[in-house]
Amino acid sequence: MKPMLDRRCLLLGALAAPAAVRAATPDHPLLHAPWTEIVAAARGQTVFWNAWGGDDRTNGFIAWVNDRVSERFGFRVQHVRLRDTAEAVARVVAEKAAGRLEGGSVDLIWINGPNFLAMKEAGLLFGPFVDRLPNARFIDREGKPATVTDFTVPVDGLAAPWRMAQIVYVYDSARVSNPPRSIPAMLDWARANPGRLTHPTARNFLGATFLKQALFELTPDQSVLAAPATDATFDAASAPLWAWYEAIRPYLWRRGQHFPENGPAQRALMNDGEIDIMISFNPSEASTAIATGQLPPSVRSFVLERGTIGNASFVAIPFNAAHKAAAMVLADFLLSAEAQAHAQDPRVLGSPTVLALERLPPEERARFDRLPRGSATLSDAELGRPLPEPHPSWMTRIVAEWERRVSR
Amino acid sequence: MGASGLALRLLVAPRPGALLRAAPTLTLVLFLGPIAAGLAGTALPAFGFLPAIGGERLSLAPWAALLQAPGFAASLQLTLTSGFAATALSLGIVVLFCAACHDTALFRLAQATLAPMLATPHAAIAIGFAFLAAPSGMVARLLSPWATGWTRPPDLATVNDSAGIALVAGLVLKEVPYLLLATLTALNQVRAPALMRAARSLGYSPAAGWMKAVFPVVYPQIRLPVYAVLAFSLSVVDVAIVLGPGTSPTLGVLAMRWFSDRDLALWFPASAASLLLAVLVSLAIALWRMGEAILSRLGRRWIEAGGRGGGGGALRLAGAGALAAVATLSLAALLVLLLWSAAGPWRFPHALPSSLTLETWRAQAGRLAEAFRATATIGALASCGAVALALLCLEAEHRFGIEPSARALWLLYAPLLLPQLAFLFGLQVLFVRAGVDGTVAAVVWAHLLFVLPYVFLSLADPWRAMDRRLARSAAALGAGPWRTFFTVKLPVMLRPILAASAIGFAVSAGQYLPTLFAGAGRITTLTTEAVTLSGGSDRRVIAAWALAQALLPLLVYAVATAAPPFAWRNRRGLAVA
Repeated sequence: MKPMLDRRCLLLGALAAPAAVRAATPDHPLLHAPWTEIVAAARGQTVFWNAWGGDDRTNGFIAWVNDRVSERFGFRVQHVRLRDTAEAVARVVAEKAAGRLEGGSVDLIWINGPNFLAMKEAGLLFGPFVDRLPNARFIDREGKPATVTDFTVPVDGLAAPWRMAQIVYVYDSARVSNPPRSIPAMLDWARANPGRLTHPTARNFLGATFLKQALFELTPDQSVLAAPATDATFDAASAPLWAWYEAIRPYLWRRGQHFPENGPAQRALMNDGEIDIMISFNPSEASTAIATGQLPPSVRSFVLERGTIGNASFVAIPFNAAHKAAAMVLADFLLSAEAQAHAQDPRVLGSPTVLALERLPPEERARFDRLPRGSATLSDAELGRPLPEPHPSWMTRIVAEWERRVSR
Repeated sequence: MGASGLALRLLVAPRPGALLRAAPTLTLVLFLGPIAAGLAGTALPAFGFLPAIGGERLSLAPWAALLQAPGFAASLQLTLTSGFAATALSLGIVVLFCAACHDTALFRLAQATLAPMLATPHAAIAIGFAFLAAPSGMVARLLSPWATGWTRPPDLATVNDSAGIALVAGLVLKEVPYLLLATLTALNQVRAPALMRAARSLGYSPAAGWMKAVFPVVYPQIRLPVYAVLAFSLSVVDVAIVLGPGTSPTLGVLAMRWFSDRDLALWFPASAASLLLAVLVSLAIALWRMGEAILSRLGRRWIEAGGRGGGGGALRLAGAGALAAVATLSLAALLVLLLWSAAGPWRFPHALPSSLTLETWRAQAGRLAEAFRATATIGALASCGAVALALLCLEAEHRFGIEPSARALWLLYAPLLLPQLAFLFGLQVLFVRAGVDGTVAAVVWAHLLFVLPYVFLSLADPWRAMDRRLARSAAALGAGPWRTFFTVKLPVMLRPILAASAIGFAVSAGQYLPTLFAGAGRITTLTTEAVTLSGGSDRRVIAAWALAQALLPLLVYAVATAAPPFAWRNRRGLAVA
């Protein structure tokens, strides 16, 4: 594995160094056409939206989006359900390698982090298109900097944000009275309650995030996380993380030998009572899951005293997408108050909006005021301002190191 | 689908007689061509050559990367142990059952339940089995808390265990029916009743007589199916995703993970792993063959010793029990899927959901209908294509007196003896280059490679056993060969043709990797979706998809069984054929 890893790190390192904007298609006619023409061109198309398909609520949301846009704009959304977002990136890379420069099979990707960086740096993205979207002016760029800087990487208009995420931990209040509010306290808790804590496999983004959150709190100097990881900075900064992880691992579910595939699989363990605490990227996970019967009514949320990591989810359009016009209209619809309020509804997704509500017209803002706030959801004050994501190279290295440690 | 289009044009060209003669060859080209090309297309990147992604020179680097991958040794070990264990256990159960129960009413009952068990796709059975056996599964729920004292699921790895026990169990559930069917077919060809009468008259107990007189002549007939089971168990991906361990998974799952990574450099070690799987399968078959030789030598000594065998009551119980366990688990797996798909909130350790609802089905209806349609279309096209090709080959055989050789049978088995991964990646590269990846046609063709062997094997025997006097009578009455084919042979063969179509459909509906590779992720079938969801989703949703996946082939099977009696209700001779 070593030569491969070196190659990947080299690639990431080499590409990350000169951070020049590398839009693949700045001269594309769609980037200069009036919006009405784009909407007209979109009619009749089918957008192949490649999005992680493991979460049923997101799948339901995408189906709702399809209903709305087919009614309003006359195009269809086909959800290509991925096991892992990397599959879609690989497909675009493979198509480029095979010389398919247009008519590509991926129209829109739900993306962020290392996948976004890889596509951006390899010049595989269409755009910059975000400022061409009429609803882009409502994005809360100042209040939610993650909407313009993804994992320290400038988005440069190559991807449109559509939902915010922040780590919360969900616990069963019927079984846990005092949940641990820091990473070291989590170790003590696990020692006292062996087998009752786990995290998704680090190959899944949520599992990697569990480790990143621990890294953030344990590392001696957080400022190095903003720059690409090197061998030297990674070893020094991650040593306390691995010491902590080796200490806690024997007390994890299945003695740290097995891990659930992803967040929903972890949620099923929680619902069955196999575990008592779980990580989530959705601040209203607890309320939403109670509403859908996926978790018992006794679950509540908590965050760590020193804050938790947050980020934004984006949609990006590959350079060779066959249906760019409809993909743009879709990205714009996702930014509409209607779609954002629907996504923020705890009975649907419970994802916080990317918009600055005060900038919306009053009748649009009212959509958000009408939303219920679940009893198991923290207030904005309790949630706190999200911590920034480390540079994607940290995630890539953490996953590889984790894989090395847990594989026998 | 250029080549098959060409074949089609050739087949309907003006001189059908001459072209019919070429049908077997054409079929082989259509069928082995992509496999050979796909194998080459996987072997080259396994040695570092794939210019499209920067592999310009042949090298051993992919192999070095594979060998140094974390957990490679554990993956290799798991692959081998689970593959051999599943095959040996399945064969053992089938032989035990046949030896102990061949003369009982149970045997006929087993025959009747076989086909529906065979039609259920691997993934559905695997998912249902996981729902039964997981720490929070149905078995633990039924026993808790009254017998076990568990108020929460135990911290035991009863599925996804690193030793692969759950994986082996899931494979056995599907391989036993397949091997049993192969054995029953073989029993018809070796005049087992006569052999058994001779053995009984010499004083052998039923079980000893079967093992000593019948099994030695049956085994050579089921050798290829056994090898196919061995190859499948070593290289299966969908069942291993559902039931195998997630860390240090089987080699097939490891290769799949690398094939879908955004870092395309991982395609090289993934290709190497796929090629290694092909090598492993060949070695495993060779090893099995050696085991056969040793066992047959030992067995000969055992037979020559002349022991007549004892009462066999315990043996009978064991044989019937083992098969009953397989059948019960399969049925229970489907029932638990049904229950979960209609469950409201259902917490551990409750044995039943707190309420029943159709909400899950309602919410999934749109997606399910779409995938249902895609699965049905692809399955229908693949099985009809396979049946047409098989019929043309068999008709050519009939008309031109072509004698099928043993080699041809091996060729037919090639796609079942090769790991799918070993040629699907190469095939995908070809499809991409031809610009047909992600089309229904590409998926149908990829499915055809696996559908055709099963269809051909199930049609060949009844076709070859057809009473030749029928065709001769038709010719004597002045019917040309094609008229005889369409108006005499096809109607007489309706039942086997429909049975073969149903088998072909079930094989197609269960395909995971061929759909994924040829469909470029854009063609969603019930199987790809069920496997994708199985990794983690609401259990109720997984259940609905897995159940739908199981029901579609069963439905087709039911229609295929019910149709001939209906169609021939006014033909006394055919109605009971």
